[in-house]
Amino acid sequence: MLKLDRTHLARFQSLIALTVLLVGMSLLSDSFLTLENGLNILRQISVNLCLSIGMTLIILTAGIDLSVGAILALSGAVAAGLLKNGLRLELLGMELQFTVLGSIAAGLLVGAGAGFFNGVTITRFKLPPFVATLGMFSIARGLTMLWTGGFPVTGLGQSFGAIGTGVFLGIPVPVWITASLVGIFVLLTRRTRFGRHIYAVGGNERAALLTGLRVDRIKVAVYTLGGMLAGVAGLIVTARLDSAQPNAGLGYELDSIAAVVIGGTSLSGGRGSVMGTVIGCLIIGVLNNGLFLLNVSPFWQQVVKGFVILAAVAIDRMSAQER
Amino acid sequence: MMAGGEVVLEARGISKAFPGVKALDRVNLTLRAGRLTALLGENGAGKSTLMNVMAGVQTPDEGELILQGHPVRFTRPRDAIDHGIAMIHQELSLVPDMTVAENIFLGCEPLHLDMLIDYRELNHRARQWLELLDLDVSPTAVARRLRVGQQQLVEIARALAGDVRMLIMDEPTSAITEHETEVLFQRIGDLKRQGVSIVYITHRLEELEHIADDIAVMRDGCMIGTAKLGELTQDEMVRMMAGREVKSSIRSSSAKRDEALRVENVSLKHPTRPSDYLVNDVSFQVRKGEVLGLFGLMGAGRTELLECIFGLHSGVSTGEVFVDRHPVTIKSPRDAVASGLALVPEDRKHDGLVLSMTVEENASLASLDRAQRFGLLSRRAEREHVQPFIERFRVKSPSLRQLIINLSGGNQQKVILAKWLATDPIVLMLDEPTRGIDVQSKSEIYSLINELTGEGLAVVLVSSELPEVMAVSDRILVLCEGRPAAEFDRDDATDEQILHAAFPGSTATPC
Repeated sequence: MLKLDRTHLARFQSLIALTVLLVGMSLLSDSFLTLENGLNILRQISVNLCLSIGMTLIILTAGIDLSVGAILALSGAVAAGLLKNGLRLELLGMELQFTVLGSIAAGLLVGAGAGFFNGVTITRFKLPPFVATLGMFSIARGLTMLWTGGFPVTGLGQSFGAIGTGVFLGIPVPVWITASLVGIFVLLTRRTRFGRHIYAVGGNERAALLTGLRVDRIKVAVYTLGGMLAGVAGLIVTARLDSAQPNAGLGYELDSIAAVVIGGTSLSGGRGSVMGTVIGCLIIGVLNNGLFLLNVSPFWQQVVKGFVILAAVAIDRMSAQER
Repeated sequence: MMAGGEVVLEARGISKAFPGVKALDRVNLTLRAGRLTALLGENGAGKSTLMNVMAGVQTPDEGELILQGHPVRFTRPRDAIDHGIAMIHQELSLVPDMTVAENIFLGCEPLHLDMLIDYRELNHRARQWLELLDLDVSPTAVARRLRVGQQQLVEIARALAGDVRMLIMDEPTSAITEHETEVLFQRIGDLKRQGVSIVYITHRLEELEHIADDIAVMRDGCMIGTAKLGELTQDEMVRMMAGREVKSSIRSSSAKRDEALRVENVSLKHPTRPSDYLVNDVSFQVRKGEVLGLFGLMGAGRTELLECIFGLHSGVSTGEVFVDRHPVTIKSPRDAVASGLALVPEDRKHDGLVLSMTVEENASLASLDRAQRFGLLSRRAEREHVQPFIERFRVKSPSLRQLIINLSGGNQQKVILAKWLATDPIVLMLDEPTRGIDVQSKSEIYSLINELTGEGLAVVLVSSELPEVMAVSDRILVLCEGRPAAEFDRDDATDEQILHAAFPGSTATPC
């Protein structure tokens, strides 16, 4: 009986933690439990959630992606640059102008392309994901600097800005975007063959191969999706600031790994869920927001977040030993 | 009883169970100083488990070890090493990126001022050991660059370099050349003269007369008998290993129909020894409704043969495969599955199951296209798809949603069978399908094989358990060191004939 309780505890650990956190914060701060603050938190976590959805898929295959923050910056910079300045093709003597939709598509394409590159280096050249994406981290950062010359690209116009600052039916557009992404990827992971294959590859890659799954293709797809979602996050960040910062997204990969882990997804692959990651992002968001409302120093926020990550992984390990 | 030197180590009533299987059942063994005990038995008889218990790799459930009169309890390898018990494992355990000398003295490096490693002394001492073993490699060579046989010898040097009282060797000659074997035997002689007690696991009976003093035979986790060398003939040893309790035929042959699978000239080179083959020009065919048994010892190339057919050595292996009389190109397991092949691998946990998934998810994994509704997976469609197979195979599980890891070995194996049968295959290849599972599940799996072949499925069964091969197969192909050594109709074959064909260099049927 005790065993059953413990595995259940492990499964719902993040939900329990979130509930405790919500109740605690409501009691401690009057301004916490308001609609405005709720939407505020959702808007704040939307960027991290975008990254973390992709990170969840990648970690489910027992991989890791350290390049999402850099891809975020590159996608945002490309979209902003194309929108503002167009693209000059010296060879053809042409100058291409981009509409808002065109630049959004280009930003997403750049993100997906970088992710695809990750997937290919990991499967074709057998690089460990940690190394492959560390390389992409540096490549994408460098390309961002080359593209922007190291200066922010600003003044992108209102219709592009709507991605980050718009409000629809009283709810911020970034929240709409991430909510629909959550819906799509929950469906993808739970109800499609591809989703099931992701779990199988992460749970036991060799068994998946011997069962006839196209393991390499699945991995490439997962990293490509991760890159594309980093592109989405890049567009949101850029639109919100009305400016593509060359240093956007620094350290975001760590926040998203933290959210995935706190959400109960195992770093060794095969176990976890997109919904868990949503809860993980909420925990980080509520923690940051609540500690801010309580006037706790942001330095302490980092310390607390660190302990939360350690606790989440420790509980995961203990329940893994149970099994 | 065994005579000779004083007793070094005595195992009394050692039992060890793994989930679903009793690996050791009240085993006794007495080892004496200066004598070599050859431990014989078929694969899965419990030899390695017994040695692992003696070397502290595994702790026994029951029984005790008496070391020179005092009971000892080993909970980790270090405990055994501290008592002078060294083990040379079958699988290599050198640190690949360290030098030969560093490997030999790993954990007991000579030191300067008790702090810094004295490399000159280290390499000097290592060189002495290498000369003693007549091994022509530099002490500073990196272990990774050595041939497998050379690595094996370095490992032996490592065991000898420690202050050993007792040495356990698990098939040390399986990867080394004849000359290296000769040198090893000389060193074994030296050790015996120094009073070291040795346990030696081997499949090569012809080695025994050169080195062995005592023989101990195990079967099904039990110690069948011990004797001095010379008290048993090779035939008697073979008979003790094989045993005979299983009813010899539970098989009602249903093979007479069309050819289901034909493979021609399948070869696979050894990855590191270019002149050697793991699989050497093997051809066979299986008809619908027929069970072909592939028998051979460890290292005979059985598993590798199945892997070649299943597309796991694409680009390296050669040969042709025909399914239903049509030539097929198999470059990956996916191609193999699409051609109507199915492979139940030897290592259930490592290769067969996704342990983090449920029974249902494992069972449907190979045929998810049949678990969909409107393009999306549907729990109901999935259940309707796999439930008939789970029920037919009598998988004992509280529910389909149970995590597969919570099932017994036998039931896990049945889920893997269900997974493959759900793909509607033409040929089912089974690699050691009953290893490590309980007797009840074993016989259930045998009768399933019977039933399925009755419906026209062709089965290729790899097994190192002779009784199993005899009970289930219609025809038996014996492999020996990668080559087909003999083929028998089940009704014409005897255990002795088959074992003789399987043992390399054995007298009756040279191969």
